[in-house]
Amino acid sequence: MVAKTFRGGVHAHYHKEDTASKPIRRLGPPGRVVISLHQHTGAPCEPLVKVGDTVKTGQKIGDSPARLTAPVHASVSGKVVGVSPHPQSGGREVLSVIIESDGADTLDEHVEPRRDADELSADEIKTIIREAGIVGLGGAAFPTHFKLTPPPGKSFDTVIVNGAECEPYLSADHRLMVERAGDVVDGVKLLLKATSVKKAYVGIEENKPDAIEAISQAAKSDERISVVPLKVKYPQGAEKQLIWAILGREVPSGGLPVDVGVVVNNVGTAAAVKDAVCSGMPLVERVVTVAGSCIAEPQNVQVRIGTLLSDLIEACGGCSSPPAKIIIGGPMMGVAQFTTDIPVTKGTSGVLLLGKEEAAPAGPMPCVRCGKCVEACSMRLMPLWIASYAEAGRYGDAERVNALDCIECGCCSFVCPSRRRLVQAIRLAKSEIMARRRKAQAS
Amino acid sequence: MDATGLVVSSSPHQRTAVSTPVIMSDVILALMPASLAGVWFFGLRAFAMMLVCVVAAVATEAGLEKLFRKPITIGDYSAAVAGLLLALVLPPDLPLWIGAIGAVFSMAIAKFIFGGLGQNVFNPALIGRAVLLASWPVAMTRWRWPLFEAAWISDFDALSSATPLALLRLGGIKTPYVNLFLGNVAGSIGETSALAILIGAAYLIWRGHINWRIPASFIGTVAVLAALFGEDPLFHMLAGGLFLGAFFMATDYVTSPVTPKGQIAFGIGCGVLTVLIRLFGGYPEGVCYAILIMNSATALIDRVTVPRKFGEVKKGA
Repeated sequence: MVAKTFRGGVHAHYHKEDTASKPIRRLGPPGRVVISLHQHTGAPCEPLVKVGDTVKTGQKIGDSPARLTAPVHASVSGKVVGVSPHPQSGGREVLSVIIESDGADTLDEHVEPRRDADELSADEIKTIIREAGIVGLGGAAFPTHFKLTPPPGKSFDTVIVNGAECEPYLSADHRLMVERAGDVVDGVKLLLKATSVKKAYVGIEENKPDAIEAISQAAKSDERISVVPLKVKYPQGAEKQLIWAILGREVPSGGLPVDVGVVVNNVGTAAAVKDAVCSGMPLVERVVTVAGSCIAEPQNVQVRIGTLLSDLIEACGGCSSPPAKIIIGGPMMGVAQFTTDIPVTKGTSGVLLLGKEEAAPAGPMPCVRCGKCVEACSMRLMPLWIASYAEAGRYGDAERVNALDCIECGCCSFVCPSRRRLVQAIRLAKSEIMARRRKAQAS
Repeated sequence: MDATGLVVSSSPHQRTAVSTPVIMSDVILALMPASLAGVWFFGLRAFAMMLVCVVAAVATEAGLEKLFRKPITIGDYSAAVAGLLLALVLPPDLPLWIGAIGAVFSMAIAKFIFGGLGQNVFNPALIGRAVLLASWPVAMTRWRWPLFEAAWISDFDALSSATPLALLRLGGIKTPYVNLFLGNVAGSIGETSALAILIGAAYLIWRGHINWRIPASFIGTVAVLAALFGEDPLFHMLAGGLFLGAFFMATDYVTSPVTPKGQIAFGIGCGVLTVLIRLFGGYPEGVCYAILIMNSATALIDRVTVPRKFGEVKKGA
């Protein structure tokens, strides 16, 4: 079968060899967790506990009546020692529940295995997903129950499960697919049921043949589920590019996958759905790739949500050399951190510790109009134009040349031989354009 | 852990190793076969010309930048590339000082006053050549046979100083393909050997620095049009500076379109103009002017060939 792909993109140095072949190591509960009340796209949660309360693993500790939200749960049992703002990835201070673990990891009594999984209705599955606090585990952290419900007048005909994992270094999804293929496939079946769809595709990059094999084997008996090998190319896992590669459908500009009848979920999300439905366990842990040249023991670890990066790094043998840059996520779209006093959240797919050389910022040189950014742009935009308008403060012109269509994959900056900060400038243009629109609406 | 001093910058945190200086030095490397062929066929004189042009180009850029208190950018090697390219399109016996003037003009007028790297509209090396051709037309069209080359034309003396295109035009004499391919014919220092140019071009394509669009559409158009006008397409492909122009001049990043479709349009335009100049113009060779004329259309071509953005579809279509 010929691997499918999209036009544009880049071939980055993948750096997956350090972690891709090692089994996931499950870490025990850390001494203290910082559970952010806003780990997802949408409205933040209100705390349901106060300082001094004892909580159990899996207990709901934050929720919100807002439509677009997802509750959060205690990932350890112990005592609430703080409900206060704490820095989160990117430096933003977010109200968080700080729990001191009692080491017992006592399960909340609401967590119990379900015997009637087959008899659940679509809505019941979605309710379970919501109550389990499941959000997209690929990094965007969009509440899953919300994603599974098409807006009025629209419907799904296809479920796509994203196992591309095209970001360099990351191999958490890869290991999950190899080690828990059955759970991933069970999760896909639940997603099909929740959306009343009859066809699911699991897209996996070709550099993970063991994952392709494992998922194909697990899905063999269900002809609704097909595994699609994808070309190894970044951003193969971007939603719009993935849909194009697998179905040949183009999500309209400014639109969403539902506009072409598709819902896309990460493989990790599928596994979490299976866990929530079958074991009753809400989302309190996830697989995180810890890698980079400065970590002593690069590996994939299953960690409790709320584990601080400092503890996570410690659990991976500490730093082999002082890191110059710490990234949450992958190197292409991840966010650089200024401290390790930051908790793992539901959207944390990787923690990378890069050395001085990799972190050295290269100064921009003049654009030589090589056109490499135009060829690399997976949205087929003109990054050099948008960026130069943005740099000149001409945001109206940037908008005219389709700045808002940029998915911020960073391919343009990656390929630029003059080291221009293209996607960075485009991001600025996008936020300026959106701010102006909001202002215009308000007045 | 004490985490002060961490670099906090916006993604992507990884970049390709291919930087502008890497590309430029690869271009110099890719020009080595053609340069060596030039020395082989025309002697150390050719080497002296390359040296003079490169030094003059680099010194001019550095000098002007120093004079105007701008950052010195000769480390990006683009000045060296322009100087070398200029030398390769000059006749082997041109006085060295004329070559130097060409290089100074290329850097000062064609590049620096436009704003330096990335800002120039026209290919600096070709502007240098065009200016020299206008200023010293006799010296710029005085050709000679390569060293050690046995005359294969009976009326050797009369036509000894003509390029293959001129031989065909003036005397109806067609140079054998093998000579054109290997390069043992009269012509500019670096343009005569199709083989040497192709080796360098293959390297650039393999490294991903240039793509096939401009060279293929340029050369293809020349071949098709030559055939339509009843000329020998293969001869027109191999003769003159077509290969050097198509692979190394027309593909100049700064002065050619950035859009995929635009690059093809640009190549076709270069091809059409080359054939028109060769067959109906005042000079037997048209590559230089064809590229310069198309350079002036680059901005316009980019504007009208913007790719259809992803997702720009009629809803429900």
